[in-house]
Amino acid sequence: MSVPYAKLPVWVEYGLIPLINLVVAFLVAGLVVLLVGESPLKAATLMVQGAFGYGEGLGFTLYYATNFIFTGLAVAVAFHCGLFNIGGEGQAYIGGLGVALACLLLDGIFPWFLTFPVAVLASAVFGAAWAFIPGYLQAKRGSHVVITTIMFNFIASSLMVYMLVEVLKPLGSMAPQTRTFLDGGQLPRLDWLLSIFGFDIGGAPFNLSFLVALVAAFLVWLLIWRTRLGYEIRTMGASPTAARYAGIKEVRIIIITMLISGGLAGMMALNPIMGDQHRLQLDFVTGAGFVGIAVALMGRSHPVGIIPAAILFGMLYQGGAEISFEMPQISRDMITIIQGLVILFAGALEHMFRPAITAFFAALRGSGEASEAAAAGE
Amino acid sequence: MDYFQIGLVTLEATIRLSVPLIFAALAGLYSERSGVFDIGLEGKMLAAAFAGGASAAVYDSALIGLLIAVIVSVCLALVHAFASITQRGNQIVSGVAINFIALGATVILGQAWFRQGGRTPQLGADSRFQTVTLPFSETLADVPVLGPIYNSLISGHFLLTYFAFAMVPITWWVLYRTRFGLRLRAVGENPGAVDTAGISVTQMRYLGVICCGILCGFAGAYLSMAVAAGFVKGMTAGKGFIALAALIFAKWKPVNVMLACLLFGFLDAGAILMQGKSLPLVGEVPVQFMQALPYILTVVLLAGFIGKAIPPKAGGQPYVKER
Amino acid sequence: MSDLAIELQGIDKSFGAVHANRNINLSVHKGTIHGIIGENGAGKSTLMSILYGFYQADRGNIMVNGNKLIIRDPNVAIASGIGMVHQHFMLVDNFTVLENVMLGAEENAILNRGIVNARAELKRLEDEYALEVDPDAIIEELPVGLQQRVEILKALYRGAEILILDEPTGVLTPAEADHLFRILEQLRDQGKTIILITHKLREIMAITDEVSVMRRGEMVATRNTADTSVEELAELMVGRRVLLRVEKGEANPQGIKLSVEGLTVKDGRGVVMVDNVSLDVRAGEIVGIAGVAGNGQSELLEAITGIRRAESGTILLNGETINASGDADPQDLRKRGLAHVPEDRHHMGLVLSFEENENAILGYHYDENYLNGPMLNLDNIRKSASESVEKYDIRPPDVRLKTANFSGGNQQKIVLAREMERDPTVLIIGQPTRGVDVGAIEFIHKRIIEMRDAGKAVLLVSVELDEIRALSDRILVMFAGRVVGERTPEATEGELGLLMAGVEEEKEAAQ
Repeated sequence: MSVPYAKLPVWVEYGLIPLINLVVAFLVAGLVVLLVGESPLKAATLMVQGAFGYGEGLGFTLYYATNFIFTGLAVAVAFHCGLFNIGGEGQAYIGGLGVALACLLLDGIFPWFLTFPVAVLASAVFGAAWAFIPGYLQAKRGSHVVITTIMFNFIASSLMVYMLVEVLKPLGSMAPQTRTFLDGGQLPRLDWLLSIFGFDIGGAPFNLSFLVALVAAFLVWLLIWRTRLGYEIRTMGASPTAARYAGIKEVRIIIITMLISGGLAGMMALNPIMGDQHRLQLDFVTGAGFVGIAVALMGRSHPVGIIPAAILFGMLYQGGAEISFEMPQISRDMITIIQGLVILFAGALEHMFRPAITAFFAALRGSGEASEAAAAGE
Repeated sequence: MDYFQIGLVTLEATIRLSVPLIFAALAGLYSERSGVFDIGLEGKMLAAAFAGGASAAVYDSALIGLLIAVIVSVCLALVHAFASITQRGNQIVSGVAINFIALGATVILGQAWFRQGGRTPQLGADSRFQTVTLPFSETLADVPVLGPIYNSLISGHFLLTYFAFAMVPITWWVLYRTRFGLRLRAVGENPGAVDTAGISVTQMRYLGVICCGILCGFAGAYLSMAVAAGFVKGMTAGKGFIALAALIFAKWKPVNVMLACLLFGFLDAGAILMQGKSLPLVGEVPVQFMQALPYILTVVLLAGFIGKAIPPKAGGQPYVKER
Repeated sequence: MSDLAIELQGIDKSFGAVHANRNINLSVHKGTIHGIIGENGAGKSTLMSILYGFYQADRGNIMVNGNKLIIRDPNVAIASGIGMVHQHFMLVDNFTVLENVMLGAEENAILNRGIVNARAELKRLEDEYALEVDPDAIIEELPVGLQQRVEILKALYRGAEILILDEPTGVLTPAEADHLFRILEQLRDQGKTIILITHKLREIMAITDEVSVMRRGEMVATRNTADTSVEELAELMVGRRVLLRVEKGEANPQGIKLSVEGLTVKDGRGVVMVDNVSLDVRAGEIVGIAGVAGNGQSELLEAITGIRRAESGTILLNGETINASGDADPQDLRKRGLAHVPEDRHHMGLVLSFEENENAILGYHYDENYLNGPMLNLDNIRKSASESVEKYDIRPPDVRLKTANFSGGNQQKIVLAREMERDPTVLIIGQPTRGVDVGAIEFIHKRIIEMRDAGKAVLLVSVELDEIRALSDRILVMFAGRVVGERTPEATEGELGLLMAGVEEEKEAAQ
């Protein structure tokens, strides 16, 4: 990754190349659609209509996007420190435990707006706690955070099954889930927000967590680019030797970064648990932690990129569900493929088209210079 | 059932559950020993399980199923190789991508081709691997102790099972007794040494990754064509990651890999068996704890509390000639 | 038949903008030890890598034993009887000696017979050249000298008739080096041809038959070793450069600001890089450390600035102890008035992906001026960066530009501005003008003198002898981790060159 490349214009670097990678990912996805005997164009149209064409669809799109903003931010913060946190899935899952405990304890006592800050705090603390051990082991003992966070995803999964089956399930109930929260544990929907724009969200669970996600995105931006800590995190990620030169404490920064990353992943749980299902269920994360990887790669680890990337994936989730009514061949699993392709082309193969593009611009510039030189000679 | 019987059943289940782990962990061994980390074992195994199940059903032949399973798995391995060796991309990112592509594609294609909710059609006897009964197992069944052990523990498995266990000494032999193995180990430790010895680093790494693809193919085929009669959505259920854990736990050594896989298989079998029962001294152990134990053990190992897991030195880094 | 083992004709090689080899001609006679000497970066290693097929030359011919060859990859070189012992050993650490020797030359797909034969062949080589080493020993458990022997065995095992050794004594103790030389002489006496790359004059004089001198990518001379002298070679190596003129008044040294006593530093592998070094730097003087790269200067600077742990010794900054072998911390040292312009600005002094203004605070980001509580005070940061940009004439004058987009000279000015504008007591500077264009060199030199005249204690490390002589008020010479002499700036280039080459070391120690 450290291979130096010839300098390209900023709009090529941050606009054209990511766009080409993305387009290729979608073209390959289109081939899969062709393979199952449907028209990619029609699928794309249906998807966009299903996701943005009417109020309820839009509500669902933004509901899903909320999850992905949180998990995308979580992955991005770790990326800035040169860490690859694959554990968003597990951290979000454990974060859900925090939300549920807060709601179960307080929903009968307080109105939602008093339960809410406690739940936000609990989700972040629980998620951060789950990222602490991998972070500590990376910083202190050099255990690779990629492997430990994968392991912690599975450990979280087992732990949560145990908690739900053995501890949190109400007496006499068969389903492995908590009781439904009372009104004090339910977030209000944001129907008013979309009705400003003339949309009726219908049954979509678009809720207050979306605004929390936007605030989180702003705070992450503030943290990374406007605080001393963020400066230290970025230095650490870009050049560990420069960080040592600058007297930045490696162990401390790695652990703090993982705590923030885990906290953000944990906050994702607010949306489905307090905003939609109003109870803690098995596997409520449903891959959002992993989507965060694609979102962060696509958004180039910048909140300004992450929010549209999250909305794009929200569109895929919602639109994908809509397509499956019209095209039974295409279920929501299509999104998993797209997600994989985006990770492949925007991540692992991000430099594949660069030599060609660099050559193209060099040729362009070369001919430009040649003509300038010719003009000067005259 | 007496304790002997219970023990026998547990061990039989241990073997059954550890076979895909052994295939996949050995697969990972070839790739990682060559210096290419692979967290995409799960995806390759899943794709192979689907490809095997689907083609065995269509062509009504287990062998064709196995062949296609291996081909598909190798194709995914080549994507990983292209990204991480040729394009020098991030190996972790590439592995993650392959897992998702496989997870989604198996369901989409399965639904499109067979319309059974992501399943492939039930395989008949001909298109599925059969267990083999070793000679004299019937006659010897009545011999006390040894008879049942021979009859139900050693005899009566799939050919693939025997092959998986045979792959352990074979891999050991390949790794430590052949030219290929010598070069493979060298390229994962110090690609510079391999390059200056006039051997292509790229070629060696591609070969390692292809070996990984082949064995993942076997792992997948075993799941959909031997223990089960067809592919079921998401049927690997994290086995690829357990195999990865086993590989780390085994410190990238073939015989250790087998032992680690047997241990993790045993934990799995024990978890099923012990559900609702209590153990002396510790009381009832939650089944979820048993399921999490392989991962917990691996983290403890990674933290360096029980020996040190030192990965191949050049692992994870693309090779760039030094100036 | 030609009596030339190797003949290179017009070899030319560039890496991007770096012209590493310019039109090189070289003839090496069979059965001789041929030295190639030159400073670091003179292009010796590149030339040998071309000969070994690791790189391809842009132009030129390679003749081996009178036959023109195109050496596409090391296989071709090996097949033509060329073996190479690399500066950084190309050994697999957790393999046995035997496995390392066999790698790439295994005979068969199955190792059985190959192992038996290799063992026998190793035994034969051992007997013939007195190169004893246990074939079943694991490489990482062997001392460095023996590891190098394995590298030589590797080459001989492949039937090398021409052996290239790249800086072979860099990692050896003097006793090990002497042993190596005896082995090389023996190999020559048995008809092998040896090319020895080094920057150590003493080695050239001790062992070679002929010597070629490289300077800045060019081959400047070839001599019979018997007909030349250390002085001549030193001059050829360093060359008569355009003398740098720096306007400089008398120094006015005051009290000691930095005092190093008995400092010993080891590198990651446990090799002693700084060996019991003591030095003082006074306010208002520039102390220059001359020496060929790799003689412990980098480690010395890193230990003083708290980046690398020292083994033992004391360092006093302003009369107060720095816990160099304990918890010395670069940030704390900065607060105590120690500024540091590191040798490697790309990896240490700057974060190339950062904007200019972000690098202008690297290491000083704790400073209250740059903060509003936990937040960065971007207004102040950019304002002070703009001031520095103007004062140091950094171009383009854009504090929001990514640092990678500045030229080498301007990048260095960013570092200098950051470290000098903080009014430090002690200024540590490593390679101030490495990779810097001529225009910026003069500017940087002026600034360093100004710092001295403002009463700062300046410790300067440079591999450019001219620079050391032009700037320093006192010159210390480092060789093999030790300070082997102190001279005034009036000392001649030859005198300093001999010290740098370690030739005068014994005399110095005897005094």
